[in-house]
Amino acid sequence: MRIAVLSGGLNAERDVSLRSGRRVAEALRDTMPDAEIVEVDLNGEFLDSLGSATGSHSFDVVVPLIHGAIGEDATLRSMLELKGIPFVGSSAASAARSFDKGVASGLVPSGSAPKFVAFPQSFFREMGAPRILETVIEGIGLPLIVKPISGGSALGVRLCTEAEQVAPALVDAFGYGDRVMLQTAVSGTELAVTVLDIGGKPTALPPVEIVAMSGVYDFDARYTAGATEFFVPCRLDSDAVARVCDYAVAVHTSLGLRDISRTDLIVDTAGTIWFLEVNIAPGMTETSLVPQAIEAAGLSVGGVFSELVTQALTRSH
Amino acid sequence: MAGNRMDPWVDSYAQRAQGLTASAIRALFAVASRPEVVSLAGGMPFVSALDSDRFADIAARVVREQGAVALQYGSGQGDQTLREQILEISGLVGVRSHPDDVIVTAGSQMGLDLVTKIFCDPGDTVLVESPSYVGALGVFRSYQCNVVHVAMDSQGLDPAALREALVTACASDSPVKLIYTIPSFHNPAGLTQSFERRQEILAIAQEFNVPILEDDPYGLLGFEGEPPQAIRSLDDQGVIYLGSFSKIIASGLRVGWVIAPHGVREKLVLAAEAATLCPSNFSQLTVSRYLAEQPWQQQIKVFQELYRERRDSLLRSMQALMPAGTTWTVPKGGFYSWVTLPHQLNATTMLPRAISSLVAYVPGTGFYADGQGAHNLRLSYCYPEPSRIEEGVRRLAGVIEAELDLVDTFGVNYVDETRGNPRPQLNPNSDLV
Repeated sequence: MRIAVLSGGLNAERDVSLRSGRRVAEALRDTMPDAEIVEVDLNGEFLDSLGSATGSHSFDVVVPLIHGAIGEDATLRSMLELKGIPFVGSSAASAARSFDKGVASGLVPSGSAPKFVAFPQSFFREMGAPRILETVIEGIGLPLIVKPISGGSALGVRLCTEAEQVAPALVDAFGYGDRVMLQTAVSGTELAVTVLDIGGKPTALPPVEIVAMSGVYDFDARYTAGATEFFVPCRLDSDAVARVCDYAVAVHTSLGLRDISRTDLIVDTAGTIWFLEVNIAPGMTETSLVPQAIEAAGLSVGGVFSELVTQALTRSH
Repeated sequence: MAGNRMDPWVDSYAQRAQGLTASAIRALFAVASRPEVVSLAGGMPFVSALDSDRFADIAARVVREQGAVALQYGSGQGDQTLREQILEISGLVGVRSHPDDVIVTAGSQMGLDLVTKIFCDPGDTVLVESPSYVGALGVFRSYQCNVVHVAMDSQGLDPAALREALVTACASDSPVKLIYTIPSFHNPAGLTQSFERRQEILAIAQEFNVPILEDDPYGLLGFEGEPPQAIRSLDDQGVIYLGSFSKIIASGLRVGWVIAPHGVREKLVLAAEAATLCPSNFSQLTVSRYLAEQPWQQQIKVFQELYRERRDSLLRSMQALMPAGTTWTVPKGGFYSWVTLPHQLNATTMLPRAISSLVAYVPGTGFYADGQGAHNLRLSYCYPEPSRIEEGVRRLAGVIEAELDLVDTFGVNYVDETRGNPRPQLNPNSDLV
């Protein structure tokens, strides 16, 4: 069996994706010694030859670990579906729903997404940014978060505590995409909850609590070892943990996700759960959240992904 | 209850390691290496212009005929024959010295590190040009130096500003240990000091009794006339000279050199031995044979012509395509042009859009220790073919137009945002040198 671990891509998360791919490929080699595990940097040639019976790009199953656009939206998954190549993870249709933070926020359990609006740049240009921003700031309130509607690793994300910070934050965020979200900033305990479809039903792994030493879980805090403190198990009481796990499974189900997802959320001091985003090709690097959850559940990265690979093959049959 | 910080040694690192963190800008450069992207970012010499068969032959003969030496430890100061050959090359920029005063290093970057190591205690001041080489700033930061930028004008380092900086520093309790300058075909500014300017700068340094650290990797890569004469050619006691084979032969060989006054050289040799025991004998002997057997001066002419053609392509393309208000320096050699964006656009903010548009540059803030440079970027023309440079400029011009539209939409003025607001420095890597 030949398995392609697909990583890289052409966006700002390329390096993170390559590291994720390397780690998963190594883990699969340990757990599936009879399989040929090939790390592939996504390019046009790979797509052209997918599904061909022969050639260097002939694979039985693909593990997409491209983060951000192409990998986590519908693009790559649509191509794999068109070519009839089994792959690990959510379908193209589900990816389209989850990748757009605005769409996903509208589909998660009612009332759990902080108040938000999402606009393209053209709307600001044509209607006049000052009047839109005045309305938005009044309606959403400060502090607010400005972030690209899609993409990960907190790239282009800024917290605005004052009105004059919003316009520069929008300029930053539009650098990463054509639509930007302005959302009420919520504070509390920040958690990442991994959900796996293993054993016949979606199951949440132990939530990982995130405490960035700088106070902001930004790109640097995510990928610099030591810059963030993680608590697994998290420091919430058991009732709250159960609610959080149920919530992540509900997100996974309501968006129609498959195999693996990571829901990022905040639990505020009143115990309310707030949805931030969901990732369907979550980071698997040395400092990433999902590997910590897998380990805390008594599983291994290789074991989990070999199971998901087997499931993907079974699905295709 | 303590959490897991994913690094058991996180509380053990030295203070100087604090700045060694991940950054989104570095993440973006991971994309720049893909063939789809026109990278005007890295200063990678175009080593494909070398005759690789001849190099392979030289390397093979080094191992076959001198293997017992090439594969063994060697002198901490470097191979004697190579040091003599280095003086022949340095003579082209007017540097005369004795082979005993030459130290061979693993690229001039190592020389930079060693000189800083032996001169600077934490908190000592180093004066650098404004902007300055990102790799030098990384070294100075790692030794916890106080980096002070000194203004440049069209002829490079401004003597009046240098004097003012020295006067100010002398009144402080942070002694100035070095004046770091790249006088010829500056990285990143692309400027070159006139001979008179070099004399003025040297006179000021002598007056304040501060050594000049002269970094001259591009000195032989001028496009007009004779190579500029090094500052070291004017004073062999007050100037420490850094040279490199990276741009005139090949950067992968990692061979550079320091020419220093006797006392400095003694300490540098000991520091070099402590750092690496000795430079690579294999690389040194390969370089030495290349210099002995190949028409290296002719090869430099090939490089000059190649880079001149690419410089012309860059300038022509910018003239034709860049939005009004964009300005740039016109280099007369070397690898770089320094661009100032119109309407004070922020080059760091604009970078993700550029990468999405498959063109890469280095934002100006990387060349400052104090947060300046937000409205600047560095373009390298050394590596892409001329047609790719034109395509890269076309893409970049589109990115700037889009950014202008964005800033116009939101009425953002970056002046207040960036002034006095230091940003994290880039950690140098091969994408940035």
